[in-house]
Amino acid sequence: MLRILDIYGNLLLTAMGQTLLLALCGLFFACIIGLIVGLMSVVKNKLCNFIAVVFVDLIRGVPMIVLAYFIYFGVPYLLNTIMGLGGVMLTALQAGTICLALNCGAYMAEIIRAGIESVDRGQMEAARSVGLPYWRAMQRVVLPQAIRTMIPSIINQFIITLKDTSILSVIGFPELVNTAKNVVANTFMSFQTWAIVAVMYLAVITLLSRFAKSMERRLKHGH
Amino acid sequence: MKKIIAAVLVMTMCLCACGALADHFVIATDTVFKPFEYTDMNGNFVGIDVDILAAIAEDQGFTYDLNSLGWDAAIAACQAGQADGMIAGASITDARKESGWIFSDGYYNATQCMTVLANSKIASFADLAGKPVAVKTGTQGAAYAESLKDANGFTITYFEDSPTMYQAVMGGQCVACFEDTPIMAATIKENGLPLKVVEGSENEGSPYGFAIFNADKQNLVDMFNAGLANIKANGKYDEILAKYLN
Repeated sequence: MLRILDIYGNLLLTAMGQTLLLALCGLFFACIIGLIVGLMSVVKNKLCNFIAVVFVDLIRGVPMIVLAYFIYFGVPYLLNTIMGLGGVMLTALQAGTICLALNCGAYMAEIIRAGIESVDRGQMEAARSVGLPYWRAMQRVVLPQAIRTMIPSIINQFIITLKDTSILSVIGFPELVNTAKNVVANTFMSFQTWAIVAVMYLAVITLLSRFAKSMERRLKHGH
Repeated sequence: MKKIIAAVLVMTMCLCACGALADHFVIATDTVFKPFEYTDMNGNFVGIDVDILAAIAEDQGFTYDLNSLGWDAAIAACQAGQADGMIAGASITDARKESGWIFSDGYYNATQCMTVLANSKIASFADLAGKPVAVKTGTQGAAYAESLKDANGFTITYFEDSPTMYQAVMGGQCVACFEDTPIMAATIKENGLPLKVVEGSENEGSPYGFAIFNADKQNLVDMFNAGLANIKANGKYDEILAKYLN
């Protein structure tokens, strides 16, 4: 165990950094996608509702490993070879970010939809009846209440997404699992390596959970 | 409750008894490492490793179960004692021996080479400067690329299996890959891939060995070595190689 830390410690730490980088990029875009699609599924517009439902069903219905292969290999192939564009290329980080953003975005959209729908209809009606326009009512009355119920689910989704980065080891992104496989292959020390990796994930996710808890508490007690 | 405990005990004892047969071994291997192990068109698990193991077992009179677990899982299974040994085109390296693994004599000497797209302008390692190169985790090809990386200034991307690695070169995500020469040549020819081996890119190569982790199974390695010498002497070994490496 110590021998691995000694020789490969830096490499594994760099890989953890890559994991965090990928997770942050993915989560950033996932939040945007989730918010847009989530709102699209609650507004009173059949077309918006339809697009949101199709998006969520499509992404949720495909395992992320398939999505990863499809985006990394399939999209450039489609654009370059079939559509004849040529020269379109995604790096593993770009493909990984798209993959995480789509996947996590679809789940976030559902969390946001559920959060908004959990706020009593009377709240919106009351806000409208005192003369607030729809979006203003959404922004000032419904969303602040909805966010409080959403927070635990969103944090949960963040943690799941952070762990899902390990799936992107298959497209060769040098995150923690991809690097650990390399260390195992070089040293043939399977358990020691995976034990180190488990502790590293655990440490980061525990920190994230603690941070999230304090955020949650602050939001619960007003602004 | 007592009955359940008794049943569990009996079942555990049965399982232990099954595992304790003297001349029966569990051998782990990779899933796809053509032509060393792969599933053929008829759904049979075949390959050089598979045939060599069968020939040696017959020669030495032991029986075995061959479990196609995959590279990472095969390593873990040997360490955990779920398997007695592994044969998966594993190169004999000092780093692996230092971790406590015991290797047989080399049963195959593989050289590694660089492969690029058939119409690629890359003709030497120096042409790789600043470009991404694909390798497969844990292979000698990966080790070869790592040894050239700093001097030639390219980056390495690690994939889990050979098909994905080839795909990365054909799709343009990487400009070259490093693989065992016979495997590369056979794969390009068999599948008509738009790839070519770069001339003069071969290294000196290193031997593949059968590996065990538990020193108590030394007799398995001894039998493997004795059997290997015998099948080399009686021509069976050359027959197997000829069958897969025409």
